Amino acid sequence: MANLTIPRMIMSGLSRLSLRRGAERLFVVAGLAIILAFVFMAILAPVIAPYDPNKTGVGRLYESPNPRFPMGTDRLGRDILSRVIWGSRIVLIVTLSSMALSSICGVILGLISGYVGGKLDTVLSLFMDSLYAFPGLILAIALAVMLGQGIMPVIVSLTVVYVPIYFRMIRGEVLSVKESLFVEAARAVGANGRTLIFKYIFPNVIPSIPIVLSLNAADAVLTLAALSFLGLGLPAHIPDWGFDLRMGYGALTAKIWWPGTFPGLMIVLLTLGFSLFGEGLAEILNPKLSRR
Amino acid sequence: MTSLRVYIIRRILLSIPMMLILLSVVFVVLRVAGDPVSAILGGHAPLEEIERIRRQLGLDKPLYIQYIDYLSSLIRLDLGRSMIWGQRPVLTEILEHFPATLELSISAFTFSVLLGVFTGVLSARRHNRLTDRIIRLYGIITYSIFIPWFGLILQLIFGVYLGWLPISGRSDPGMAPQTITGLYVLDSILTMNLPSLIDSIRHLILPTITLGIYLSGIYTRLTRTHMIEVLQSDFIRAARARGLSERTVIYKHALKNAFIPILTMMGLQFALLLAGAVLTETTFSWPGMGYFLYERISYRDFTTIQGTIVFIAALIVLISLIVDIIYVYIDPRIRY
Amino acid sequence: MSQLLKIEGLSVHYYTEDGIVRAVDKVDFLMNRGETIGLVGESGSGKSTFGLAILRLVPPPGRIVGGKIIFDGTELTSLDEREMQKIRGRRISMVFQDPTTSLDPLMKVGDHLVETIMAHENVTREEAKERALKMLEQVGIRPERFGDYPHQFSGGMRQRVGIALALALNPDLVIADEPTSSLDVIVQFQILDLMKRLKELYDMGMILVTHDISIVPGIADRIALMYAGQLIELADVNSFFDEPLHPYGKALLESVPNIQFSDQKLKYILGNPPDLINPPRGCRFSPRCPYATERCRREEPPMINVGSDRLVKCFRY
Repeated sequence: MANLTIPRMIMSGLSRLSLRRGAERLFVVAGLAIILAFVFMAILAPVIAPYDPNKTGVGRLYESPNPRFPMGTDRLGRDILSRVIWGSRIVLIVTLSSMALSSICGVILGLISGYVGGKLDTVLSLFMDSLYAFPGLILAIALAVMLGQGIMPVIVSLTVVYVPIYFRMIRGEVLSVKESLFVEAARAVGANGRTLIFKYIFPNVIPSIPIVLSLNAADAVLTLAALSFLGLGLPAHIPDWGFDLRMGYGALTAKIWWPGTFPGLMIVLLTLGFSLFGEGLAEILNPKLSRR
Repeated sequence: MTSLRVYIIRRILLSIPMMLILLSVVFVVLRVAGDPVSAILGGHAPLEEIERIRRQLGLDKPLYIQYIDYLSSLIRLDLGRSMIWGQRPVLTEILEHFPATLELSISAFTFSVLLGVFTGVLSARRHNRLTDRIIRLYGIITYSIFIPWFGLILQLIFGVYLGWLPISGRSDPGMAPQTITGLYVLDSILTMNLPSLIDSIRHLILPTITLGIYLSGIYTRLTRTHMIEVLQSDFIRAARARGLSERTVIYKHALKNAFIPILTMMGLQFALLLAGAVLTETTFSWPGMGYFLYERISYRDFTTIQGTIVFIAALIVLISLIVDIIYVYIDPRIRY
Repeated sequence: MSQLLKIEGLSVHYYTEDGIVRAVDKVDFLMNRGETIGLVGESGSGKSTFGLAILRLVPPPGRIVGGKIIFDGTELTSLDEREMQKIRGRRISMVFQDPTTSLDPLMKVGDHLVETIMAHENVTREEAKERALKMLEQVGIRPERFGDYPHQFSGGMRQRVGIALALALNPDLVIADEPTSSLDVIVQFQILDLMKRLKELYDMGMILVTHDISIVPGIADRIALMYAGQLIELADVNSFFDEPLHPYGKALLESVPNIQFSDQKLKYILGNPPDLINPPRGCRFSPRCPYATERCRREEPPMINVGSDRLVKCFRY
């Protein structure tokens, strides 16, 4: 009995090993592929889109998907495929801008707040925690309403929603480093603030940053789409998935499914790309859960 | 058990500053971040109109006086009056729409927890095998679902093409039950109105699934993570060594222990639930608070928008308080 | 039948990312009713795995890859999970090393006992509770503490609860896995004493797994010495302590500090514990054995019977 089961078990054990590592890598690669696909779509939009996305009447109204219009036309006779392709531009611009801004602001504020401490830290943390407690979408809605329509207001709204996350992350790291013994030692030898920041705080935080950025980006895509879906934020002349999805509801009962389905699908795919990338990275960098 | 009572009292008292801070944040966002008047009027209105609205909303006063007015009216539970239609009190209108959101929330929440916990346990038990990978992927995908799109697809399939379920509203005309609690399913049961019960449930199904699946992802992942951790504990091995059945070990011991952090997450997830409810309600024309908010946004009804957001803030503080108290009751290590 | 446990060629391997760990390698073992065996070995010798394997509770990625475990005539290795569950807790039970983590923090201590009793016997809740209370009394816990939670007890008390749980259904065999290792010395004595009394009272067989050889005399009848996943010596306790045969056993006894000779230099065993993924060829102790010969390094010694039921796995005999 012993001699037969051992080789069999070794084989199954080995296959399980490679499968485990493979899945996480697959997630990261798939996610990255999706993100890049959309980036290229956005950059090459003028080239690959068959029609002008805003031009009405290039086809009949509500034409179902056919070789001339692979995704059909909408209620104004516009080509949906072109709108979908062009729509990727605004999504990526807004998402990437707000990610960049929120991470920079959050990190800087977190650093200052954690390092300086005292009243400033108390007030700032309280403010950030409250922002964080609020549902992101509701906060974004409130800001979008107040700031009015336009691309910049939307970017600002999204930025504000995500700043607290980076703030908390960095501040936490700063605080724990501040308390640790080896920093006392370093200080005793004369290390100044800048050394502390770059040598000690950043290395601990750097691995998490791409993960958090990616997952926040996923969230941002959804929030932006939600804002446009609700009619807030972006001006009407910019092709945008969320808004198109909204419009797609109009003819639903007539079984006209394509004006809403395709833009919505794009939203989900891009979000999925960011999520897969972020989650895959997280699993790889945190092997605790994958082991055993 | 006086330490328990002390904790509860202290926790309730803590809610007050929490509430204050949230309300202040709302104030900052709604008064300071932008100009409410241009938000309402869109920036191209005649001067007299602008001035009128300024005075009506008290926006001509200095900021700190506005803040005091704001807080004092809130303490009196006065959320102001709507700026459209008959200028009804905002609080009244919110409360009229609240039961619908409550019903949807309870339904979707229950669905998501059951689905999430079940898949999480399954995933933990089949750790690192195929089922686990599929469920983990499922967790990531559900997190990426765009509610309006998912709702659209469900409406197309089940409403338009198959014709099995209604795609909007809470009830067909004339089918709504007599109002006792405002929760249609409950009211139908209480008034023993079977056709109404069936109708209400039918309307509730698609919105519940849409919002529920979206929320379940978090619970799947949390349950899985904590279950895996707990299943590796000594006391689980000890329980097995006593010859307890696998089902007892998993559900009575492992899940109960894994559940505590999940419970905390439920409290934090409430914010997500509200946001999701807003989208779900607009997708399905479900007449709750979220739909109400959306409607008033399109009418630029500033006071109502402000009032609704304040109400939401209050709900968040309340729910977080309730969750903390429940947490203390469940974990004996804190109690004794 | 007085023969309680017979183990033939048991092998337990862990399939880890770094390789296959041969935690228990072809071990033969024999034990009679009412006997107490001290299973001694250093960390990584496979002794805990051995104990878990008897109950078939080896955690993944570990698996029993070969051999037979015959308990009171029944072959445990051929039973399905359900049948195994009937045996666990009832006929073979286990006392765990760390009492802090081996009790469910959310369940009252008394309920642990009630649950175990009701899982195996067809009794009412009240009857189970009565038996539980009696059991607690036996291990020295006052009945008022029945409804308390584990974290309200001290380490020693928690271990008493663990013992009560193991003994509640009057098993034939108790496997005690390092029951005193997480307790301080004074409490250790109390617990060992308790275990000894109860063992005699209930006439149970016990396998006391430990790395601390000094607790073995006084409680065990025989000693089983393990090294690198293999059983290397099996002897009557007194004969062993009079004269350990295997070089490892000898070195082990010599390295235990003796408080009477305070100017003694501390003796220790040279070398490192063996790698269980790639164990040394031949005798596994040979890299560290002062008597090792070429033959020891080439060939694995068999278990040699030196008379009066004493077995040693060494070429010197």
